[in-house]
Amino acid sequence: MIELRNVSKTFLGKNPSRGRFHEIHAVRDVSICIEQGDIFGVIGFSGAGKSTLARCVNLLERPETGEVLVDGTDLMKLSPAELRRARKKTGMIFQHFNLFRSRTVAGNVAFSLERGERAESRVAELLELVGLSDKKNAYPSQLSGGQKQRVGIARALASNPSILLCDEATSALDPQTTQAILTLLKELNKKLGITIVIITHEMQVIKSICNRAAVMDSGRIVEQGPVFNIFSDPREQITREFIATTSHLNKVNDLLAEDNPIIALKTNQILARFSYSGRNTVDALISTASILFNVKLNIIFGDLDIIQEHPIGGLVIVLEGEKEAAEKTMQWFGEKGVKVEVLKHG
Amino acid sequence: MADLARALMPNVIERMPELLSSFLQTLYMIFSAGTVSFVIGLFFAVVLTVSRAGGLMENIPLWTVLDKLINFFRSVPFIILIALLIPLTRIIAGTAIGVKGAIPPLIFGTAPFFSRQLENALAEVDSGAVEAALSMGTGNAGIIFRVYLRESVAGIIRGVTITLISLIGLTAMAGAVGGGGLGDFAIRYGYQRYQTDITIVTVIILILMVSLIQAAGNFFAKRVSH
Repeated sequence: MIELRNVSKTFLGKNPSRGRFHEIHAVRDVSICIEQGDIFGVIGFSGAGKSTLARCVNLLERPETGEVLVDGTDLMKLSPAELRRARKKTGMIFQHFNLFRSRTVAGNVAFSLERGERAESRVAELLELVGLSDKKNAYPSQLSGGQKQRVGIARALASNPSILLCDEATSALDPQTTQAILTLLKELNKKLGITIVIITHEMQVIKSICNRAAVMDSGRIVEQGPVFNIFSDPREQITREFIATTSHLNKVNDLLAEDNPIIALKTNQILARFSYSGRNTVDALISTASILFNVKLNIIFGDLDIIQEHPIGGLVIVLEGEKEAAEKTMQWFGEKGVKVEVLKHG
Repeated sequence: MADLARALMPNVIERMPELLSSFLQTLYMIFSAGTVSFVIGLFFAVVLTVSRAGGLMENIPLWTVLDKLINFFRSVPFIILIALLIPLTRIIAGTAIGVKGAIPPLIFGTAPFFSRQLENALAEVDSGAVEAALSMGTGNAGIIFRVYLRESVAGIIRGVTITLISLIGLTAMAGAVGGGGLGDFAIRYGYQRYQTDITIVTVIILILMVSLIQAAGNFFAKRVSH
């Protein structure tokens, strides 16, 4: 379990326009609690302070104020030797992998292990775990990005940590490789019960494997909670922006802006966005509404996803019918828990 | 063959034993001054690397003093450095003349250059690799030996190559204090007595030495790069 209490970290930065040193508040009064076995995501734009926050968990960056509790121990109070021992319980992987170029794959994985036969069998075991047994004697320069990150993961797991910090671990990888690495992380979380903290700027990453997440903006946590809640009921504008990056539904805004002929409406038509989450499946509602109110519902866009085993998503629909019927339809959808947003009247 | 050699380079043939001993003196100076400056240079390079702002054991006053000291020794022309160091050389080597008297100034002339070369090699080490090692609970000694030095072996070899070659140049000036060596040999006979064949042969030997060191350096640096 990781608990950060009122953690703040500032850097001295040089501002060329003022020519003087000034303080950069990388992390401001952040409190988060990450339970054992969580896959916790921290999302934010670059410069939001999320990498610094991750480095506060193993004190690669020492916060000025606050407490950093890992499995009940306040790391801020440890001596240097105790801190080194504590760090062995927290593995870390990086955006640019940070492998030792002069060492083979096996040498990298064995870095934190004491030499001996036990180390050799442990390395074999770890490489098996990440699916790289055949690359034991290769050097990092001979590996692809995905393979390098697998070596990074095996190396981080060598000392049997209870936590794995992933600092933009998939940001330098292509989409397929990203997915493969995320799948591996999820497997490790299940198999080893390891707590995973994922720092990312991609909402897709949060969506695919995290169970809880926090949104960071200018050093502060602006929103946190279960991932499903964040997606189904975002409270902050920045959260909505991140969610929008993983959804097609906003393409309609572009169409509206360019006045695309696809959405040229007749007088008795309305263009609306229907968002829904959880239990209600909209397909049945659409056909029911069509029968009940004698309206036509033409789907322009659809986007359905499963987050934490719950469906979530929305449809962009052209609703055709008498004014009164259309209003009744929208009201009826609202009663069924579907959010209706009228985008354009015909 | 012997006649042809005698006709082409009469002075060289005549001074063969002296040429040989000059060659050995040069080798001796390169080897002894090189080894000692390597150790000193590596030590200072590590201290500079870890004490610099944002370094592993940041210590700005120490870094500043060391940095300025190295700049000072690097800015004094070697021939002046020899003269400047005479009292110190007497204390260290017991004499300020001969091969023995040439070694201390060679060390003072080479070690700062060596420090800079090796500092550059260490600066090439990916800061991410250092961070990864720290995240695994590695101590300062582990970071220095298992990350900085280990990861920069190729750079260190390139630094050694450049420094040894510049050291050959410095040994030529050791003749000023009777240090002997190939440079001194070429000046005394080739230049001062107009025995041009001696200059030419000496230059050829020096070219061969430099080429050999460069080739060996390239070979080993390539071998340890992955």
